[in-house]
Amino acid sequence: MSEAPLIEVKDLGVTLNTSRGPAQAVRGVSFALRRGETLGLVGESGCGKSVTALALMGLLHESAVISGSIRLDGAELVGLPDAAYCKLRGNRISMIFQEPMTALNPMHTIGHQVAEPLLRHTGVSATQARQEAIALLDRVGLPDAAKRVDAYPHQFSGGQRQRITIAMALACQPDVLIADEPTTALDVTIQGQILDLIAGLVAERGMSMILISHDLGVIAENVERMMVMYGGTVVESGETDAVFTRMGHPYTQGLFRARPRLGARKGTRLKTIAGTVPELADLPAGCTFADRCTIAEARCRAALPAVVDVGAAHGVRCIRTDVSMAAGGVGA
Amino acid sequence: MSVFFLRRILTLVATLVAASLIIFLVLDALPGNAAQMLMGADASPDAVHALTVKLGLDQPLTVRYLLWIRGMAVGDLGNSYVYGTPVAGLIAERLVLTIPLAIMSMLITVVLALAAGIYTAANHNKLGDVGVMSLTQIGIALPNFWFAILLILLFSVKLQLLSAGGFAGWDDGIWPGIRSLLLPAISLAVVQAAILARVTRSAVLEVLREDFVRTARAKGLGKREVLWRHVLRNAMIPVMTVMGLQFANLLAGTIVIENVFYLPGLGRLIFQSIANRDLIVVRNCVMLLAAMVVIVNFVVDVLYAFIDPRIKVANL
Repeated sequence: MSEAPLIEVKDLGVTLNTSRGPAQAVRGVSFALRRGETLGLVGESGCGKSVTALALMGLLHESAVISGSIRLDGAELVGLPDAAYCKLRGNRISMIFQEPMTALNPMHTIGHQVAEPLLRHTGVSATQARQEAIALLDRVGLPDAAKRVDAYPHQFSGGQRQRITIAMALACQPDVLIADEPTTALDVTIQGQILDLIAGLVAERGMSMILISHDLGVIAENVERMMVMYGGTVVESGETDAVFTRMGHPYTQGLFRARPRLGARKGTRLKTIAGTVPELADLPAGCTFADRCTIAEARCRAALPAVVDVGAAHGVRCIRTDVSMAAGGVGA
Repeated sequence: MSVFFLRRILTLVATLVAASLIIFLVLDALPGNAAQMLMGADASPDAVHALTVKLGLDQPLTVRYLLWIRGMAVGDLGNSYVYGTPVAGLIAERLVLTIPLAIMSMLITVVLALAAGIYTAANHNKLGDVGVMSLTQIGIALPNFWFAILLILLFSVKLQLLSAGGFAGWDDGIWPGIRSLLLPAISLAVVQAAILARVTRSAVLEVLREDFVRTARAKGLGKREVLWRHVLRNAMIPVMTVMGLQFANLLAGTIVIENVFYLPGLGRLIFQSIANRDLIVVRNCVMLLAAMVVIVNFVVDVLYAFIDPRIKVANL
């Protein structure tokens, strides 16, 4: 598989203008994604996952400064004028958002909203677009799609609305689908169905997918490769299986220990990672995780650690992997 | 007819009944006898009594109230105490001026306000936004009668394009009437447009922050398309609420501008009738204004339902 990557991100940096001054929301993020591949982005709130996704979509606020390179099929996207970007969005790159309750326009029928990208990017007529919208809604499992195509978003449940946004994102058969916490706002019982739907569609249409989640379980089950983000940097990346077998970064290990477990004895407290996520406006000079890391040393705080290869395509941004990985990986 | 409309109509009728009761009772409770007032302090008690009977003022409260309501239903509002002519005619004479003036002024307001509000929201925090918003600040601070005088100085005195006052009526066609109402309409519109522009701007900015705007952008729509197709309709609810209030205000609250331009409008009629203690005219004018405000609000409510699909269904 030496095929050229579909998406190639090199040294992506994003500086946001916040009320507290410029904030480096994303630093040195690099990855490549081939056609049909799936990649997971995992991390706590505020670690730069969504900003990375919005940078790929070209949807960050005008005041955001983007450095580095994002290439789609070899064409540079950073600095692309909005009009040209509009031709890609919803057409070659699509996105599903976290909040299905607010992601749809309450004033327009769902059929209209699903047909909109088709009318925008393909030459179909309004009638064809409507037929296609019904087919899409049917494919994403909306019951009675043909009858309910003229209903409004408020007439649907959260899970149904997320199905509608998925239909919308898939309308033009995009090459890349970015799903930003697509199930976080949904009931647990619905989460699995929606993830299965997305996985099925990705496989069926040969799309590449970037799945963003704070849930390690979701990542483990749905993507081939994963990147763990913290404080705007990728602290660990690799094949999902490899990362779960041998976690290299203390932060990844902490995230794994913090997951709730079935069968834990009653009264067992959930493990947490001590401390809080650093403010992006005043990130430490060295390793972003140093302040919460149990094995941090003085040199960790001196400069941002380089990525260390600990296995085939398995990189960890830590200078103490000798200690973190010697302790038996996951540790207890 | 959905339940939504039926309920709104019932509310409308109930409000009108309540308004008529309050207006009738308050004016009735005023001290002094209309007959005495009309005949002067020196009139003989017999003459005053005769007039009281003639005006029907000796009848019980409920009878007089019901007679008034019946009169309104058949279009007979009685005669003015002062002029002796039918009240309905007096009011109708004024409405041919007041209603066109209110409509013209509202049209100017809406055009100016939507243009300014949408432009400033689309250029949030840029030079154009700051510039136009400063202008609206000045617009809000301007007393409209003073601005009216400036307009007269420019268009009537200096350029001699429009007359400085008076109303040409509609007998010679539509243009002379519109010309004579143009300056008053602009004077009234400027302050209102300034307020409505600010309401529009903040409503549009609020909707621009909604998630579905980002969804629309993610579909590949440009900023302008998102603004026209997805934002404006969502932003119209607060804008229409203010528009309704402003239109109601234009029907009754224009007495100062009517005086500046010597216009025989409804505001002036009410003012003169109060000064003359012509209570039968006052009562009917106030009732008419109350009815117009209630009807304008009803129309706004119905328009909400046309704009926002959630309102219809919530009331089915």
